[in-house]
Amino acid sequence: MASTDARESTSGSMEAGVGGPTRADVGVRTLRGDRWWLAPLTTFVVFFGFIVYATFRAFAGKDYYSAPYLSPFYSPCLGDCVEGSSDFGQPFSWFPLSAALIILIFPLGFRMTCYYYRKAYYRAFWLSPPACAVAEPHGSYSGETRFPLIFQNMHRWFWYAAVAIGLILTFDTVISFREQTGVDASGHPTFEWGHMGLGSLLMVINVVLIWAYTLGCHSCRHIMGGRLRHFSKHPVRYKLWTWISKLNGNHARYAWLSLFSIALVDLYIWGLAAGWYDDPRFF
Amino acid sequence: MGYRLKMKLWRGDKSGGELKDYEVDVSEGEVVLDAIHRVQAEQAGDLAVRWNCKAGKCGSCSAEINGKPRLMCMCRLSDFEEDETITVTPMRTFPVVRDLVTDVTFNYEKAAELPSFSPPPRDADGKRRMAQVDVERGQEFRKCIECFLCQNVCHVVRDHEDNKPAFAGPRFFIRYAELDMHPLDTNDRRELAQGAAGIGMCNITKCCTEVCPEGIKITDNAIIPMKERVVDKKYDPLVWLGSKIGIRNKDTESRVPAKQGKAGHIKRPAH
Repeated sequence: MASTDARESTSGSMEAGVGGPTRADVGVRTLRGDRWWLAPLTTFVVFFGFIVYATFRAFAGKDYYSAPYLSPFYSPCLGDCVEGSSDFGQPFSWFPLSAALIILIFPLGFRMTCYYYRKAYYRAFWLSPPACAVAEPHGSYSGETRFPLIFQNMHRWFWYAAVAIGLILTFDTVISFREQTGVDASGHPTFEWGHMGLGSLLMVINVVLIWAYTLGCHSCRHIMGGRLRHFSKHPVRYKLWTWISKLNGNHARYAWLSLFSIALVDLYIWGLAAGWYDDPRFF
Repeated sequence: MGYRLKMKLWRGDKSGGELKDYEVDVSEGEVVLDAIHRVQAEQAGDLAVRWNCKAGKCGSCSAEINGKPRLMCMCRLSDFEEDETITVTPMRTFPVVRDLVTDVTFNYEKAAELPSFSPPPRDADGKRRMAQVDVERGQEFRKCIECFLCQNVCHVVRDHEDNKPAFAGPRFFIRYAELDMHPLDTNDRRELAQGAAGIGMCNITKCCTEVCPEGIKITDNAIIPMKERVVDKKYDPLVWLGSKIGIRNKDTESRVPAKQGKAGHIKRPAH
């Protein structure tokens, strides 16, 4: 991370940018004396922590299901998954690695191409720029015009997938309101509806935050009504656009909260599956 | 209650310059521009500073105060501690003319390159009509006072002089978006926004929104919607297919691709 100690250092962008021959010769990268580095540093630490945790859990391939809860990292579980966790079949049962790796590209792609996350990681990881009016350390810049960043334009494709994932996570949440009562004659678990535990509560919070994030997406806002030139001719889509605009105003907040809630639900189910504690049942 | 304010002001021109120390008496309720005027009146009669309305509406007194792009007339001294030194430099993205004055011709050239509003023929009664809800949509963008703080803070040109010919900047992406959302405009600006205006260069790090003194949500309401419109045009096969088989609505019909305007008549000041 850049720090205020780096103020006096010269860099490529200093010579080609604020230190260029026509500009006022101030001589430093920035004159900002506030703690401008705190926000990108925080983002870097939290995102990096999440990446480490998610990578470990995605490759672990175990402790992701504890009836009736399925970790969001593994949902839908389409590989060679444990008994009871594959509500949508196992079309990839031949897949040799963790089942999470089959589906994680969709939520990962959605968040990596998200307009908010782009802002956050361009600032925190790529320092482009590290903060407003703080010169970036790169000598050249082409933005999102070339490979690979031109693929950021695929965000809406990942949004389509994220809606499907959201529906599946909603399904997982609904079926968490069951309790395993035993196994049937063929060895499959049997469930009874109308029960709830702490896991269900966490999953409800998670799925609400996931939908708040998914529906507040800028691409969703565009598709639902933003692309129109005549709001007046499309009153229903205009209404949808106004609702989504409200969610969109808090997109960054939901991006962070849903990131935490996903990790928390996974951690909780990990603990249950590993036998560290039991699920407190409310009814 | 008045006090003695310590300031550092950048003095110089394109051949060089430095931060010079000043001390000036200031009073309660004053803004940075008041202090600069007092320095100019009492200590440095040759201090160059551009200003006009002193009310945050003309967009003339843009500068960088303690490193942050702000309007000098809207920056209250009460935002700072009384013993804090306030440093004022000119905007660091544009060529410096002298002291706190920069040459912002770049922005007028970019404005000239932007195709103007092109309405369709009038209705039979000689009028043109649009619904109130469609009028209201563009009002946020019309609050722009052209202070060019967003253009100044944008790292695409601030940190990379070579990007200036190919990048219009946030202020003009607002205009692109406003016109592209306009029900009566017959120009299709999407290809131009991506090509000549270089909207793909923007990596939506939102500094333009952070510095806008009018509080315009430049990134969320103009740049990202314009990027999405470019995606409609170039990167979404579903949209392409829908248009081909006629199930997409006809919202974009009767528009023709806009051509880039010419900026040759814009004169740069001699300095």
